[in-house]
Amino acid sequence: MESSAPPPTIDALGQFRLEPVLGVLGEHIRFSQSNMMMVIAGLLILGILLVGMRPKAVVPDRLQALAEMSYQGLMDMCIDQIGPEGKQFFPFVFTLFTFILFGNLLGLLPFSFTFTSHIAVTFSLALIVFVVFTAVAIYIHKWHFFSYFFPKGAPVALAPLIVPVEIISYLSRLVSLPVRLFANMVAGHVMFEVFATFTVLLGGAGLIGGVAAIFPLGINVILMGFELLVAFLQAYVFAILTCIYLHDAVHLH
Amino acid sequence: MVEKPVGPEASFEERLRAARGKQGLDKPPPAPAGGGNPWGIGMRVGVELLSALVIAVGIGLLLDRWLHTLPLFLILFVLLGGAAGILNVWRMFAPPRQVTPK
Repeated sequence: MESSAPPPTIDALGQFRLEPVLGVLGEHIRFSQSNMMMVIAGLLILGILLVGMRPKAVVPDRLQALAEMSYQGLMDMCIDQIGPEGKQFFPFVFTLFTFILFGNLLGLLPFSFTFTSHIAVTFSLALIVFVVFTAVAIYIHKWHFFSYFFPKGAPVALAPLIVPVEIISYLSRLVSLPVRLFANMVAGHVMFEVFATFTVLLGGAGLIGGVAAIFPLGINVILMGFELLVAFLQAYVFAILTCIYLHDAVHLH
Repeated sequence: MVEKPVGPEASFEERLRAARGKQGLDKPPPAPAGGGNPWGIGMRVGVELLSALVIAVGIGLLLDRWLHTLPLFLILFVLLGGAAGILNVWRMFAPPRQVTPK
């Protein structure tokens, strides 16, 4: 989000610039607002889980219900998607989902920063996922893992064609997973910025402009609701695709 | 979730499913294809096609640099990347594989 007064032109990408925070210390260790939001997201998740689960009540209050529902929902998703083995991967999927969800949601607050709007961050997350599901597949299936790239029953003569295509398809997860999250977050925040700038520019253009400025303002209000959905949906998509890939890794095909 | 009126002649499984659906005990099946929103689906298809192509071009260029055969592997892998993209999209919409019994 824009923190200073918007310039007269539409500066839609300036909001993604990294600035050091925490004064001199932050400048020396290159601690940007992106890193700070990550720390805040992590602490918030831990805080909600710890404080929420402290009462250990049979009838939960709101915070405990939140903690329990997120735990149960993701556990169900792991088991539904991966199978009974999914329990082992629950901590991994839970961490990913909550981290991305809080990153997306915190980014919607004014004066904050969306760390999931940087391809470096989403790509790193996807790389972790990729390494994990590949390692799981190799650990479980050993050399048999490489049969993944050649489906059973396919004619051997087609191997030179099928194997590269399957390998490319496998590797393309490494691109499609981060790009989807990153593109959604960037698109939403650019639209915010564009319509917010419209509002300011129109507002400064006399009486008619002031009345017309209501429309981009209204669009931003609608957009905020839409972005809340996108924030949740993209975290969910990232988590469920992780589960699907882990299913492939555990069961091969 | 579409609720159909279930008569007594329906099988027990169907009635159980209907009752569970009414109580909201069964979550609707997850839709990985962008949540049913046409823009979301279009976006996902685009990303899948493009990401396969990006990976393929990367592999092609690396092989060419290694073997000094510049356009050869690039051309080959662009075609393979297109095929892999189509394969990704097909997998996205293909009927789900049988889920392993619990």
